[in-house]
Amino acid sequence: MAYAILQRLAQMVFVMFGISMLVFLIFFGTPGVDPAARIAGRNASPEVLEAVRKSFGFDQPFYVQYFTMMKKIFVTGDLTSFVNRGWKVVPAVLDTVPVTLSLVIGAAVLWVVFSLIIGVLAAAYRDTWIDKVLMILGLIGISMPVYWLGEVMNLMTQSRFHDSWLFSWVPPLGYKNLSDDPKGWFLTLVIPWITLAILYIGLYGRVLRAAITEALQEDYIRTARAKGLSETRILLRHALRTSLIGFVTLFGLDFGALVGGSALLTEVVFGLQGVGKLTFDALQNLDLPVIMTTVLYASFFVVMANAVVDMVYILLDPRVRTS
Amino acid sequence: MILEVRDLAVSFRTEQGLVRAIDGVSFEVFEGEVLGIVGESGSGKTVTMLAVMGLITDPNSVIEGSIRYRGRELVGMRQRELQHLRGREIAMIFQDPMTALTPVYTIGWQIAEQILAHQKVSKSAAWDKAIGLLDEVGIPKPEEAVHRYPHQLSGGMRQRAVIAMALTCNPALLVADEPTTALDVTVQAQILDLLRKLRKAHGSSIVFITHDLGVMAELADRIMVMYAGRIVERATAARLFAEPRHPYTRALLDSIPPLDGARPRRLRSIAGAPPSLLNLPKGCAFAPRCPSRLSVCDEAKPTLTGTAHAVACVVASGR
Ligand SMILES: Nc1ncnc2c1ncn2[C@@H]1O[C@H](COP(=O)(O)OP(=O)(O)O)[C@@H](O)[C@H]1O
Ligand SMILES: [Mg+2]
Repeated sequence: MAYAILQRLAQMVFVMFGISMLVFLIFFGTPGVDPAARIAGRNASPEVLEAVRKSFGFDQPFYVQYFTMMKKIFVTGDLTSFVNRGWKVVPAVLDTVPVTLSLVIGAAVLWVVFSLIIGVLAAAYRDTWIDKVLMILGLIGISMPVYWLGEVMNLMTQSRFHDSWLFSWVPPLGYKNLSDDPKGWFLTLVIPWITLAILYIGLYGRVLRAAITEALQEDYIRTARAKGLSETRILLRHALRTSLIGFVTLFGLDFGALVGGSALLTEVVFGLQGVGKLTFDALQNLDLPVIMTTVLYASFFVVMANAVVDMVYILLDPRVRTS
Repeated sequence: MILEVRDLAVSFRTEQGLVRAIDGVSFEVFEGEVLGIVGESGSGKTVTMLAVMGLITDPNSVIEGSIRYRGRELVGMRQRELQHLRGREIAMIFQDPMTALTPVYTIGWQIAEQILAHQKVSKSAAWDKAIGLLDEVGIPKPEEAVHRYPHQLSGGMRQRAVIAMALTCNPALLVADEPTTALDVTVQAQILDLLRKLRKAHGSSIVFITHDLGVMAELADRIMVMYAGRIVERATAARLFAEPRHPYTRALLDSIPPLDGARPRRLRSIAGAPPSLLNLPKGCAFAPRCPSRLSVCDEAKPTLTGTAHAVACVVASGR
């Protein structure tokens, strides 16, 4: 078991190395493009260009350029954005991490709890009106684009109905630090959490219902019935338990992607300065050092989430536990 | 009498039409006996016993007739009440031990779960009992085996675990649905031995389902033969083997390979295929394949007549 985990960690490092190489190649190894000119930004003076070229080692062999970049990101942390006039990239990215984590973790709690409730209820009452209503609600949740939903939420809670008793508690957009102002942190995030979670509640609820319904056709469910167990126990302890394996896989991948920047739209709509928003701004300015760093950061989370999924898998499914 | 089934009919509404899985099935199971049910695959053996267990959950099914367990009517009984009977008084072993156990729990957990569902005992007592049962069904090192997951056991060992689970509450009636079909031959013999031993030790009545009459000879007191959802012949095992009366039973007996001596070069198999349950013939369902067929056979369905040795065949009963 310990060996399996170590092996997985080594694999993770290897995959991340591959990704960093690839990203570096795309941004800095594309033939016919001068990376120094890109980093320096539009209308840069020849002096700035020269400084960039020296600082990133563009006059040296390719592998040296790669290691210089990695050193700037991981060791010295002094990668500088020229587009943003001397902004230090690594601390800027690290600043956005708590924002994104707060948003995504809160939404994840909501979506896991509610999709479990919906999926189990719909499966328990399959083919009745309860099931149909829940599944249609789920479908609506999936079909609402998150930026649109976010704007509607803002319209209702920030302007139209802000003064009604229902939404007067909603603070203005923006992020408050958990350590400085826990109450403010919670209140500002409630609406973004709900907005981000709705899509996943619908999706996961439907996936879980399908998985449980399928599990209920299995032979071992018939055995469980023949044992004289109650329907509730059969549903929760047998059908749901075996369906969780797929649920966890899906969760790990979505969670990793969201922490890695896919929560972009939610962050933009609610004015949260998270990783997604930062990447979005950097892409608009073609700020290569920032893009390079956030892409690496994102890949780290995706790869990490994958590794965690594999480990949870080992806990959930004895069949993948090899001696 | 422990079980009395009268005119049981189960049909399924499907897109192609009404599938009459079984029709007019009547039989009884006596205290302490082994009743064998034989018939080709698809003849309705499993459906019959699933109906007895109240395990036909398909919303498109229609169940008619009467099933009495110790005088209590089971058809139409509430699921909650059935739950108290299932696993405690009537237990069932299924065909394929590979899929019959939940893959994510140890076999000890699954056996203890059944004990705890029906008896007021502590978890550790249930666990101890599980170890005892695994020992009884011949699983080596039971105190280690309780911690094994189903996929870590061989097919034979899994079937033993399933049998142990069925025995947890000393059921009065044990239904074994082709418990050896999915296993290889040597393991088959071991499981049959085990069932014989357990029958002596526990005194349960057993309904033993198989498509193999040869297996039946070693175990059953009485045998009923099913064809296309109906009982075609019913007699004590000795009578049935000595003087089979229904042409289908005779054909089945002819297709048993001899246990010893030279095996015939080719086993005789029954020509033709069973009829579709969607549109059964008006007369005898076996008539199209029957070597002794008469013109009356196509006119009406023969009824099961006779008490000690009952047969549903116009030709055999000489009418
Ligand atoms: N849920 C169902 N829907 C439709 N047909 C079914 C269903 N369950 C069983 N049947 C049909 O009932 C017939 C009898 O099946 P079964 O009792 O399993 O046969 P046996 O156990 O003798 O091999 C088969 O033809 C099967 O297709
Ligand atoms: Mg069967």
